[in-house]
Amino acid sequence: MRHWLVKIGNAAAAAVIIIAALGILALSPWWLLILLLAGLAAWLAGTRPGRQAWSVARVGVATIPQRLPSSSVVVFGIAGVVGVLVALLAMGAGFEATLKQSGSDDTVIVMRGGAQTELNSVLDHDTAVVISQAQQIKKNDHGDPIASAELVVVASLPKKSNGLDANVEIRGVGDRAWDVRPNVRIIDGRRFTPGLRELIVGKGARGQFASLDVGSTLKLNGQLWTVVGVFDSGDTNNSDVWGDSDIVASTYRRGSSTTSVTVRLTDAAAFDAFKAALASDPRLKVDVKTTRAYYNEQSENLTRLIRILGTTVAAIMAVGAMFGALNTMYAAVAARAREIATLRAIGFRGGPVVVAVLLETMLLAVLGGALGAFVAWALFDNYTASTLGSNFSQVVFAFHVSPALLWNGLKWALAIGFVGGLFPAIRAARQPVTVGLREL
Amino acid sequence: MKYLHLVWAALFRRKTRTVFTLLSVLAAFLLFGLLDSVRSAFAAAGQSVAGVDRLVTVSKISFIVSLPKSLYGRIQLVPGVRQLTYANWFGGIYQDPKNFFANEAIAGNFLDLYPEWQLPDDERKAFRNTRTGAIVGRSLADKYHWKLGDKIPLQATIFPQKGGSNTWTFDIVGIYRVTNPKLKAQEEALFFNWDYFDEARQFGTGTVGWYILKVADPAQADRIAAAVDALSVNSDHETKTQTEQAFRVAFVSQFADIGLIVGAIMGAVFFTLVLLTGNTMAQAVRERISEIAILKTIGFSNHSVLGLVLAESVLLLLLGGAVGLAVAGVVVEAVRTAMGPAIPMAPVGGATWVRGAALMLGIGLVVGAVPASRGMRLRIVDALANR
Repeated sequence: MRHWLVKIGNAAAAAVIIIAALGILALSPWWLLILLLAGLAAWLAGTRPGRQAWSVARVGVATIPQRLPSSSVVVFGIAGVVGVLVALLAMGAGFEATLKQSGSDDTVIVMRGGAQTELNSVLDHDTAVVISQAQQIKKNDHGDPIASAELVVVASLPKKSNGLDANVEIRGVGDRAWDVRPNVRIIDGRRFTPGLRELIVGKGARGQFASLDVGSTLKLNGQLWTVVGVFDSGDTNNSDVWGDSDIVASTYRRGSSTTSVTVRLTDAAAFDAFKAALASDPRLKVDVKTTRAYYNEQSENLTRLIRILGTTVAAIMAVGAMFGALNTMYAAVAARAREIATLRAIGFRGGPVVVAVLLETMLLAVLGGALGAFVAWALFDNYTASTLGSNFSQVVFAFHVSPALLWNGLKWALAIGFVGGLFPAIRAARQPVTVGLREL
Repeated sequence: MKYLHLVWAALFRRKTRTVFTLLSVLAAFLLFGLLDSVRSAFAAAGQSVAGVDRLVTVSKISFIVSLPKSLYGRIQLVPGVRQLTYANWFGGIYQDPKNFFANEAIAGNFLDLYPEWQLPDDERKAFRNTRTGAIVGRSLADKYHWKLGDKIPLQATIFPQKGGSNTWTFDIVGIYRVTNPKLKAQEEALFFNWDYFDEARQFGTGTVGWYILKVADPAQADRIAAAVDALSVNSDHETKTQTEQAFRVAFVSQFADIGLIVGAIMGAVFFTLVLLTGNTMAQAVRERISEIAILKTIGFSNHSVLGLVLAESVLLLLLGGAVGLAVAGVVVEAVRTAMGPAIPMAPVGGATWVRGAALMLGIGLVVGAVPASRGMRLRIVDALANR
């Protein structure tokens, strides 16, 4: 009975230690870990048990090459976990970054009340004119308000990757679109000529769809359109194809209506006044949002989904890798049982032995984490992909492997290494010296 | 089979190590089961099992562009078209934009083309006779605790009413079921009468979103599709007709290449799993060199030794893998009951088990190969002398 109680108590204590350590690891900012590391280094160099631990660890690390196959299991197992985690989170981060960059606090999008997305919205010509007369809108050099009435529609085109039809967003724009989005630059060819059936395509759209290169033509509703240029905006507009709004409207039989008006305010603080002005105008029934809020809403769902998915997948993989590390380190400790017993017999204490085994496992884990993070970075940083966005069309984005993600991956590696090394370390320290010395 | 006892004993010679390895295998196949369930769900969304004889006609520019209702009479005359109906996407929101479900306006004969949706006759009649009536799927009704007679307000995102109001109120007059488990996700939708929709909407009157055709002979589908598209060629509303299945495949593939993502993750998982179990097996054989030598001494042939080690590694994979897949099945069921069929996860079924078993067998043989051949080539004298 007492025997069991002790066992349960030990297990509970171990669980508390592990959870506390993982919690500290998960929540701690980088400087805290640096501090811990510095403390550890000082302890290793400055105190007697520290120096003991250091010398035991050095022997352990030096014998890793002799146990290369089993040690590599720890490294590759953890590399797999970290690689998958970083790649999946980089997908979410890339999507989020693409949409978030598209928004700002001083540009505002106006759509019909209740429309949620541009594709659902319809604004008649009079409404668009009334909106662009609001006083809070900034004027350009010619004294015209920077308000761009735009018509968003979609066209179905074959994708490069699988030849299946997917939707591309076509944005009919006028002159003001360039004032609202000064970040849009032509990187190949030229701008479209107003009044002609000419298109310019975003860099992302060109990469994802077949037949969107400069000079190619495409048929929309029986009419031939020519691609005359490629633009780069660095944000979600890269997924668009732009044409003259009047001509796009006639192709899609939209008359003089548009789907949204995007305006640049005199400054971000004018937003409330602008919103109030439109709300109090009885001719209008519109929703007003800063573009930052608009694009944030669009990225929220998918980003959260990817984060949950990535963490779940990595957590299950981490459990697998942790058992792999446990196996390896138990074997390593067993192989060195005699040596450890000898050390203990000549006066080394249990604590330094525990620390030494932990250090060795964490070293392997950090190697694995760095390897996995590196592979994920090499393969997936700036890898472009696309998904269905809220305008029922493809949103092109690039995976973004940020330093924060790499750091996150490394923390996971450390956590797996810590748990995988702790129990073998305790076994090594608790083994009776006499038993250890008799081991072959 | 008579050696099972021997293989079993060898496998659990070192309990801790075997249990840890089994847990790793379990984790890998748990992940495989979960991801395969997601992949199957997306693949199933691209296949309408019951709809091989249905074609979809949408605008050639893209399916968001509507088509004139005048096409109805002309498509009906195309030889081989047995039944024809139409529908329109509504895109209404119930209470909060996060509560997404499909809602469409459907023509009076729409349900005739979808025999897989089961609606009691009296409810079907009520739907036909109630102008503002709507039918909803069982799962959706359960999710929001709707029952017959409830009034459901939807906020229009695309179609305001003629007076400018965005609120459309529907009376629930029927609840349909879909018994085919693969099509269960189709219970997450609300349908209402097209006549009411067309009359009350502010713009777009006289146009429809898409046509659904039922053809007499699926083998003729290509010819019929071409004939339908020929009706509108060079007009300002050209159409594209394809099987419902092809339409769904194209639509689902727009979300992401799920197969590629799942494949890449599983590649990384199984790569590390091979290393891990391979290491365990190598250790297990290394420790038992002298035992294997004794087996050979008492008359076991080289091939029996090879078979014993391979059987051990396959058994290791099968044990861990089977438990992993079983756990995956339980988890998927739990998630599905908690979140409803809207979550893209298919039950862990026979096909997943077959794929999983093939993987267990394959990985078992791969990781057992090197240690087994080492055991096979072992020379008794060297092994007993510890050389």
